[in-house]
Amino acid sequence: MDVFGSFALILAFVCAVYAFGGGIAAIITRHPLLVKSTRQAGIATCCLIFLATFSLEYLFFSDNFSVGYVVAHSNRDLSTFYKIAALWAGQEGSLLFWSFLLAIYVFSVLVTYRNKNGELMPYVGVVLAGVQIFFLTLNNFVESPFKALAVPGANGAMDLVARADGNGLTPLLQYPEMVIHPPNLYSGYTGFTIPFAFALGALLARYPGEKWIHLTRKWTMIAWMFQSMGILLGAHWAYAVLGWGGYWGWDPVENASLLPWLTGTAFLHSVMMQEKRGMMKVWNVWLVFCTFLLCILGTFLTRSGVVSSVHAVANSKIGNLFVGFMAIVVLVCVGAYLKNRDYLKSENQLDSIVSRESSFLFNNLLLLVACVAVLSGTLFPVFSEWFTGDRISVGAPFFNKVNIPIGLLLLFLTGVGPLLAWRKTSTESLKRNFGWPLGIGLFAGLIGFALGFRQFYSLVCLILCVLVGATVVLEFSRGARVIRSRSGASFAASAIDLTMRNTRRYGGYIVHMGMVFVFIGLAGAAFNRDAQKDMRPGDTIQMGPYTLLLQGFETRPEKNYTAQRMLVEVLRDNKPMMMLYPEKRRFATTVENGTMVAIYSTLKEDLYVVYAGQSPETQLPVMHVFLNPLVKWIWFGGVVVVFGTLVALLPNRRAVLVLSGAQQAVGQALPQGLMPAVTMREGHD
Amino acid sequence: MKKQAKFGIGISVIVVALGFLAWLGYGESKTYYHTIAELETLKGSAKSQRMRIGGTVAAGSIRRFSGRVDFVLEGEGKALPITYIGSDPLPDTFVDKSQALVEGRPADDGRFVAEHVQAKCASKYEAAPGGTASAAPSSAGR
Repeated sequence: MDVFGSFALILAFVCAVYAFGGGIAAIITRHPLLVKSTRQAGIATCCLIFLATFSLEYLFFSDNFSVGYVVAHSNRDLSTFYKIAALWAGQEGSLLFWSFLLAIYVFSVLVTYRNKNGELMPYVGVVLAGVQIFFLTLNNFVESPFKALAVPGANGAMDLVARADGNGLTPLLQYPEMVIHPPNLYSGYTGFTIPFAFALGALLARYPGEKWIHLTRKWTMIAWMFQSMGILLGAHWAYAVLGWGGYWGWDPVENASLLPWLTGTAFLHSVMMQEKRGMMKVWNVWLVFCTFLLCILGTFLTRSGVVSSVHAVANSKIGNLFVGFMAIVVLVCVGAYLKNRDYLKSENQLDSIVSRESSFLFNNLLLLVACVAVLSGTLFPVFSEWFTGDRISVGAPFFNKVNIPIGLLLLFLTGVGPLLAWRKTSTESLKRNFGWPLGIGLFAGLIGFALGFRQFYSLVCLILCVLVGATVVLEFSRGARVIRSRSGASFAASAIDLTMRNTRRYGGYIVHMGMVFVFIGLAGAAFNRDAQKDMRPGDTIQMGPYTLLLQGFETRPEKNYTAQRMLVEVLRDNKPMMMLYPEKRRFATTVENGTMVAIYSTLKEDLYVVYAGQSPETQLPVMHVFLNPLVKWIWFGGVVVVFGTLVALLPNRRAVLVLSGAQQAVGQALPQGLMPAVTMREGHD
Repeated sequence: MKKQAKFGIGISVIVVALGFLAWLGYGESKTYYHTIAELETLKGSAKSQRMRIGGTVAAGSIRRFSGRVDFVLEGEGKALPITYIGSDPLPDTFVDKSQALVEGRPADDGRFVAEHVQAKCASKYEAAPGGTASAAPSSAGR
């Protein structure tokens, strides 16, 4: 099966090269058969990558310990669940998995548009094939996952060997999110290849109009959704497994996943400027280019260990290839832009500082500044070494100082932007749309201040969260009330009806609401508390309203590890409430340990208990307790964001009945908020 | 033209303010990386800076005392005695021959006093794919 897999990969490489070279020939000659054959070569590339990936997975499931990669990341006792995940547990498999996910996207694109957009698709196909060639080069010639184990034999030749059992999966990775976090994040990273290919293809082809934006909107949103999920799942994983009480440490690999999310978010917003007003064309094209480059950079940072992150392996072998690939991409993008920049001329100019356009402009500016700050902070050790010879790193204070105000300003725009009119907003409509939300927000701020929300940023965050939440709720209720008055349906049914008529707008509001929840959770971090103590059985720690009593220890042998856990009784007001079991796991196959945090989570706060190890002083076990307010809102917000994105991906329902109703009511003034809901937009693809 | 000036002012105010904050944060959190060999060549004020040093934990060198843990970090053929005085328990991955990153300041007696220790196991550790897992309960984010 390992031979089968490597052959499939080699063939995939050959097909991709044909799809690339043949595609260029097809663009020049415009021969229909050539166009068709290169498209089919592209599809074949994808199918072969699928086969290779499945064969590696088969090697894991058949416990084939003659293959190095399987030996390194699996053993017989590993559960089925983690055998799937072992595929992306190491370097070679991760890169194959990248190719695999990219192949899913490429396959879908090539099949979906096989008989459409004949002028554009050959260009798109060439760009996609180019990206695939790069990753297939890594898969085939640099980091092949199918290498067989061998030892030098008596006559100098290598003899194949097989091991009885493998080394097992690293304990840190044996956690349910290990199975879902990397696929999500990688789906985000790979997914941005599609808008990139369309943008570059459209620029090269001088494809008329904003068609490429309509075509790629769904793909961009899918990639964005996966990226969002991947980031949040990673944060949750860090929170639940690493045991330092936080979910985000501005680690290079975390930052790497945030960067394309920032530019991707900017892109999702600024395309609306191009669709509505024909502005920001150059900007949009470059945002997509940058997002794609940051995806590659993210993969590179994770995989090459160029920035000293504890958990990226140093591997300069692929580092040079990644840098080379990025350089080629930059050259192609700059070349295409310089050659065809006249095609990206803007049709309109900014009219007013209080307008939808300017809110998008500032939204983009802030996201970009955040991106630049995070990027420069992440790469600071590399650049400072180049320029000064000293390797200097910056830590959390740097990132927090810049990004907290940016986050709050963005939150403000989230509330204000969608309600501003295009071109220019009158003072009257400002009052009408923001009077109530602003009042409610300030009122909430007063209550918060009275209740002890004294930290400046947290108080601002609270006010903004309420303000934005109120604008979103008002938008829904305003629209739903109008529909209700016409159809007589219940309020909830009217709200759903409203959403389904303009999924993009109202799905977007739901996403905004989800971000409000995330921000509520982030604001809680200002009030985190923790205590650490060397514990003997019978000792207690007081944390907020909770008293934690260590009853004793328990050792439990499991399938491939031994668990030692603390038996902690939690009391509230001296009444027993529950038991928590923070745990240390000692794995049989490695010398490493794993930490399992015990968390009691409510919407108000998380009680987070860690069996932190042995005290260097007293040799006693150490218990570390955190009280983290509002953390659950972050995960809940993430779910809402994903739900909102899914709603926005749905096609609009045609509102035939209500449209006719609206036509009858010509002359009757409609409330401002409803207008976009009944006026159907041109159908986006 | 006037409108563009307004936008220009708005944009520059934002960028300058954030740049200032970035500069503050940089001053507050910058940490130098040095190798064990470089440490000997440092002079004057450079020697009292807060810094990070990476290396491999020498086999059998970990000694636990009350209030501190001593070990030896090796790299590039040099050895550096470390005294860890932090309050956090050492990470699970901190064992003989693991790769460790220590953060702290050199003391006058030639030892290096570390307040934080991060470690990864050299024999086995592979990158967490795209993950946010950091191999140690590190000082980051606190």
